[in-house]
Amino acid sequence: MTTKTPAQSRPLSPFMLGQYYRFQWTSLLSFGHRITGVGLALGTALVALWLIALAAGPATYEAVAPHIKAWYGQVLLFAWTWALMYHLCNGIRHLFWDVGMGFDLKTAERSGYAVVVVSIVLTAAAWAVAYLG
Amino acid sequence: MAKTSKDLRSPLSRARGLGAAKDGVHHFWVLRVSALALIPLSLWFVFSVACLASGPADFYAVQHWVSAPSVAVALVLFLATALYHSVLGVEEVILDYSTGPARLTLLLASKFLHAIVAAAGIFAVLKVALG
Repeated sequence: MTTKTPAQSRPLSPFMLGQYYRFQWTSLLSFGHRITGVGLALGTALVALWLIALAAGPATYEAVAPHIKAWYGQVLLFAWTWALMYHLCNGIRHLFWDVGMGFDLKTAERSGYAVVVVSIVLTAAAWAVAYLG
Repeated sequence: MAKTSKDLRSPLSRARGLGAAKDGVHHFWVLRVSALALIPLSLWFVFSVACLASGPADFYAVQHWVSAPSVAVALVLFLATALYHSVLGVEEVILDYSTGPARLTLLLASKFLHAIVAAAGIFAVLKVALG
């Protein structure tokens, strides 16, 4: 039997974007949570690489270190810091929703603004510590 | 049998509460438990690395930092929890946006890669801390 069942021809998410859903601030934050999540998965692999270079000894570490200090390394590290802070703050927002708090539209929109602001402040604080500390 | 119930599940399956995937709310729950643990762990990691970066941050400085028992333990906890949370989250994304053979391929690739990164990262921390 190779006939297509309805289950196999179902549309795949996110098919409804643009066609059926209007743009919403809260859905942008929701995509952001997923995108930063996947980005952080890749970033954690780079953290592991940094630790492996350290375990391999001074020669390997000093070969890797210039890439971290180069402009592209710093840009990636800055993006990683913000992605982590955003995912952290928005994750806390999700945990509140999970216990049934702050789920009305007005609160969800406001907590979304707070998440963006706090994630930027935390990112700036971490980089201020690194560069000015 | 309940007289008024419209529930098509058997009383046993309702009592077990495991659903069609047979693992109930396990995935949902452990994703949140690991998220909770990652709040202090990831804040500690980011600000510790920032403090480290404000100094010389050469091989010997970083080696000295990782060698401290409290730092090594926290790093192992951070890596293990972050990668566990990550494999669960990426699994959710794959299930939402892929179908057919691609779905199984991505799920297996994600799980193997996460296991490799976790093993390599934790081994590196232990080697530096104990070596």
